[in-house]
Amino acid sequence: MSHRIVITGTGWITPLGSDVDAVWSKLLAGASGVGRVTRFDAGTFKTNFAAEVRDFRLADFLGERAAAHEQAGLSTKFALAAASRAFKEAGLDALAASGKFKGRRFGMYLGAGEGTLDFDNYAEANLAGWNNALDEGRGAYDPVAWAKKAYERMTPVREIEQEPQMTLAHVATAFGCRGPSSNCMTACAASTQAVGEAVEILRRGDADVMFAGGAHTMIHPLGMTGFIRLTAMSQRRDDPVHAPRPFDRTRDGFVMGEGAGMVVLETLDHALARGATPLCEVVGYGSTADAFRITDIQPEGRGAQGAMLEACRQAGINPREPGPDGRPQVHYISAHGTGTKENDRIETKAVKGVFGPMASRVPFSSVKSMLGHLIQAAGAVELITCVQAIKTGFLPPTMNLNTPDPECDLDHIPNQARDCRAQGGVEVCLSNSFGFGGQNDTVCVRKWRG
Amino acid sequence: MTVQVVISGMGSVSALGIGAEALFKGLCAGTSGLGRITRFDPGGFPVQIGGEVRDLNVKDYVPKSYRKSIKVMARDIELAVAAAKSAVEDAGLLTRGSGEDLTDDQLTYRPERMGCNIGAGLIAAETDEMSAAMTTARNESGGFSYRAWGGEGGRGMEALTPLWLLKYLPNMLACHVTIIHGAEGPSNTITCSEASGLLTLGESMRIIERGAADMCFSGSVESKLNPMGLLRLDFADRLAHLTTVPEGQTVVSPYDPNTRGGVLGEGGGIVILENAQTAAKRNAKVYAEAVGFGGSHSDARYSAGENDEGFGYAIENALEDAGITPEQVDLIVPMASGVPELDRPELGALRRTFGARLASIPLVTIQPNVGNCVAGAGGLQVVVGAMCLHTQTIPARIHAGRAASGIDAGPSPSRSAKLEYALLCSGSLGGQNAAVVLKARR
Repeated sequence: MSHRIVITGTGWITPLGSDVDAVWSKLLAGASGVGRVTRFDAGTFKTNFAAEVRDFRLADFLGERAAAHEQAGLSTKFALAAASRAFKEAGLDALAASGKFKGRRFGMYLGAGEGTLDFDNYAEANLAGWNNALDEGRGAYDPVAWAKKAYERMTPVREIEQEPQMTLAHVATAFGCRGPSSNCMTACAASTQAVGEAVEILRRGDADVMFAGGAHTMIHPLGMTGFIRLTAMSQRRDDPVHAPRPFDRTRDGFVMGEGAGMVVLETLDHALARGATPLCEVVGYGSTADAFRITDIQPEGRGAQGAMLEACRQAGINPREPGPDGRPQVHYISAHGTGTKENDRIETKAVKGVFGPMASRVPFSSVKSMLGHLIQAAGAVELITCVQAIKTGFLPPTMNLNTPDPECDLDHIPNQARDCRAQGGVEVCLSNSFGFGGQNDTVCVRKWRG
Repeated sequence: MTVQVVISGMGSVSALGIGAEALFKGLCAGTSGLGRITRFDPGGFPVQIGGEVRDLNVKDYVPKSYRKSIKVMARDIELAVAAAKSAVEDAGLLTRGSGEDLTDDQLTYRPERMGCNIGAGLIAAETDEMSAAMTTARNESGGFSYRAWGGEGGRGMEALTPLWLLKYLPNMLACHVTIIHGAEGPSNTITCSEASGLLTLGESMRIIERGAADMCFSGSVESKLNPMGLLRLDFADRLAHLTTVPEGQTVVSPYDPNTRGGVLGEGGGIVILENAQTAAKRNAKVYAEAVGFGGSHSDARYSAGENDEGFGYAIENALEDAGITPEQVDLIVPMASGVPELDRPELGALRRTFGARLASIPLVTIQPNVGNCVAGAGGLQVVVGAMCLHTQTIPARIHAGRAASGIDAGPSPSRSAKLEYALLCSGSLGGQNAAVVLKARR
């Protein structure tokens, strides 16, 4: 018999701040976290702006315990901070203080990205590795010279902390998790997939509680380089705040964000037994592969449809039929909505494919218009926006959506948050995340009724 | 209605060759694939030996129509594509990758019911490519210039191919395999260094058990045999500082208090994990049944050494999941890396789980023959464990020193034995642990 799974705590670190309710208010007000890149001199980069996390200090979250994680990478610190908030909201700190906390039944499933490259020293080694005299004066790479400089400049700690599983290691240390633990890297789908797989572990009873979520920053020279070369990012250098414009006809790519999203997932029995209050229930998870092309999305959004359909099926929802109250059975879809030409067009098509005649009535917005794209952390952060939508009855807008695109003609909640309280609030949400290479993941959450 | 999950095809790449058979034959013969690194000049490194995959041409493993995609494949991806193809052929499956003329109704599986989970490592950008690009972005004093890299006064980052990033995303191992073969079910990429392969097998088992797929590519592959990878593994204290290894011999000595350290290998294993019912329907051969899985977490870098508790939790969870007691385990395929940081918690956990009986349970070692393939190591453990059960054979062991007392881990020839249950276990750099129980099928 499969367990029911609830979310009992949430935490995030975003370009708009770190307090869940405060950031939520900003999202409803249409605030933007986008600005010029300050981490390094990106002045000449075709995309020289991003949504950076500002004024972040781990000690604000962990107090004296932050010292033990001083050498962790930035995204790991984001994860620790988000986890501390989720842990507290779930009341697990009280449980730990009472001595009833069982680390062995507390697992983790993260979609944490790689840590930040030690770029300047890496660049030094790469320059030292190029010898103009080799290959008859054409120049060539000399790994012996590279190694000499690399050993001189790079350090074990900085290299080891880049390994993606080190985020798990720090979170385990900080919170005493000794249960099943995995980290996945499925690009932009990673933290939605991590939440989904954590749910499956709990459903089966292999743990009682799990941290699930993701953390990532690619706002570093090589991360920005990679996406600039792919021409996946907006190049609206003269107007960064309005650069992310999902579903708008003039959209020209995504804007890079960074941060972390973390939820505490728990079996319903465990949550109720310890007197915790579920924030909502996770009722569905679908995961598929496009198996189409490395660079392109399957044109009908076949994989995206498969993921949404499976999440709905597990939730007992027929997306094409209205519910007893006459409303669609899904009240909000948090779009992957990157703001690239291809994603937004095909995601819209996929939603139409899944919801048929109901599609135009399902609100479907993208907070990437305000937070940027948190890459591996995006899915978890967007899931938390669904939890907040259920909690408050409001839906966040898609900002900068001024020029309608006939191929993105659903209800994208343009430019103004929506108050749904008079219509019965927000009870069921889907959160979509799709990754390069054709990875598709959807999670379905529902309001918890005690 | 419990679902039985079986291994119905296996592929691997390692210093012992390509294909599960080559790997197992090499192990049984006590062959070492270690030697001086030839993929680049390792002269600047304190570590100059490795376990390289030789004579692999990825063109042989992709359909003609897919050949143009080879240019966006890092070495890790090439090795995974080869291992997956060899698993498909071994499983007797007809996939979209089996032939250009094949139509979907000729496939021997349903694409939407085929998953693909391949554990991977962080793929380092090739430093030769990066050196060549960065040298175009120097400032007046010869150092790196961000402004030039951005394009001021030259090409800068445009010296990199537009698809540069896609070569190095860890999920691209699985993505290329899904595209080549047509696997539209759940797909994941677990990145927990050495534990990745067993964590991936466990997750694939669960996917099939809960009915989300009929079969999955499942395994792990990595190649850190490049300058950046070698540097990182050396920084992690994984590697013996040696410049040569005598032909045909090993320098790896698992569970030896005087070990010199590990050797970096490349490769891994990918199996077809399948619902026993669909396997039976298509008369597939079955290597073994996957009956147990457990995961856990320890302190990062196992600060408690032999007294680490987390490692043992994974083993206990897997045995409990399999519904067996430690007394029923006939064979163990551990990491056996010869790296103290990993050997200590592993041996400590095995001693506590099996007590005095551990001395009579053969430990199958792989790393003395092929090196530590890091994320790929677990995939190799799965292939070797299943092969032992299928052939009822304990492969030979080579060992460069003296294993600790009270365990069966020293040099020995291969022999046949009656084997029913095999335990596979692994830790990792971050402290993630995983264990799998395989059962013989007759």
